[in-house]
Amino acid sequence: MIKYYIAIVLTAILTENFVLAKFLGICPFLGVSKKLNTAVGMSMAVIFVMAMATAVTYPINKFLLIPNDLAYLQTIVFILVIAALVQLVEIALKRFIPSLYSALGIYLPLITTNCAVLGVVLLNVEKAAADASFGFAASMFNSVGAGLGFLLAMVMFSGVRSKLESADIPKFMQGLPITLVAASLVSVSFLGFGGVVENIFG
Amino acid sequence: MAEKKTLRQEFTKGLIAENPVLRLVLGTCPTLATSTSMVNAIGMGISVTIVLLCSNIVISLLRKVIPSKVRIPAYIVVIASFVTIVQLLIKAFIPALDEALGVFLPLIVVNCILLGRAEAFAGKNSVIASAADGLGMGIGFTAAVFCMATIREFFGNGTLFTGADSLLGLFGITSFTGIEIFSRLPESLNIEPILIFILAPGGFFTFGLLMAVANRLAEKKGKKKADLRGCESCPMAAACALKGGCETEIKEEVAAQ
Repeated sequence: MIKYYIAIVLTAILTENFVLAKFLGICPFLGVSKKLNTAVGMSMAVIFVMAMATAVTYPINKFLLIPNDLAYLQTIVFILVIAALVQLVEIALKRFIPSLYSALGIYLPLITTNCAVLGVVLLNVEKAAADASFGFAASMFNSVGAGLGFLLAMVMFSGVRSKLESADIPKFMQGLPITLVAASLVSVSFLGFGGVVENIFG
Repeated sequence: MAEKKTLRQEFTKGLIAENPVLRLVLGTCPTLATSTSMVNAIGMGISVTIVLLCSNIVISLLRKVIPSKVRIPAYIVVIASFVTIVQLLIKAFIPALDEALGVFLPLIVVNCILLGRAEAFAGKNSVIASAADGLGMGIGFTAAVFCMATIREFFGNGTLFTGADSLLGLFGITSFTGIEIFSRLPESLNIEPILIFILAPGGFFTFGLLMAVANRLAEKKGKKKADLRGCESCPMAAACALKGGCETEIKEEVAAQ
């Protein structure tokens, strides 16, 4: 059983990396990866919100939407729940854990409409519908794994970008184009992980 | 928007001068993810255009009713409703496309283009101008994704319009299933498709090159390069602005450490 969960987390981090293989959360990936500490802060906030969002939406989906034949409302319900949740978390953090708020707070509003968060929730629901053994615990592990994968991609990429700053770049490639080409090379390195998890645990 | 633009200008600005993907750098996730084949790109482009057009019209109609404090959640509800409608229609009539686009179809809800246009345009302008803006932006998005998909499908798969029957099937045409190109070349040339173009790295690479071309063309016309503009392109900028703007705060925090 533990093997099953480790496989889920590793798959989410390496082979199905949200940013580099699934193209979810590209905006923050390109936008806040210039400095290592903002990259880490943003990723921590993403992990936190992904875990919270899954913890809340999974029961809503299972006990409210599916029994009442309302599964078609998933998209609209989930986005509203996530938006409300982020607001609540922000208020609660500000009031009760100011130190955590000062570290993550500024990133929280950015995350509400981040496709990675809604994406992980929808993918969990999809996986749970396809495979009955993919329950609440598996969803949680998948979300945290996806968040960790986001962290890994952000940290690696902020390292690449700091090197880019001192590089001599042809004029027409300066700015966003070279950043995207660099992202492409980082993404190639993640292609190498294909099949690794299946071979270790399969 | 100080000076009044004509309807024509509202429509055409989204096509090139303010192309959402290549100039405003909005909606990068669906651009990268759905440009693996030309048919997917057209399907995604049309879905986004329909949602954008409808949500712009409705938001513009409601702009005097929605209190400004709750406008973002209100916009999200309007957009999410149209996304659900489009999603159900595609599931019913073009199931192959629904499978190909997967999670990116419901994710139109959080596409920055939609919330960005609602916030920047439809919430402030008349219905007809908003409709023109939405249609122009939608077609601009479709064109950009289509450009990327053409390059990626040609080099990565060696075909054009593969799987076209899934879309054309709606009009009763099932005989056209795409054009094979690489497999028709003489074997002595030994040309294989470059698979990596339809994988994730090829997406980033093609987008980078297209962006470089777009920047070059813009520079020739004396315009600024496209770049991630931080707050400006971020639909949540309004929420951030309460705290003095996200970009400034991040910078201050970095400076403080």
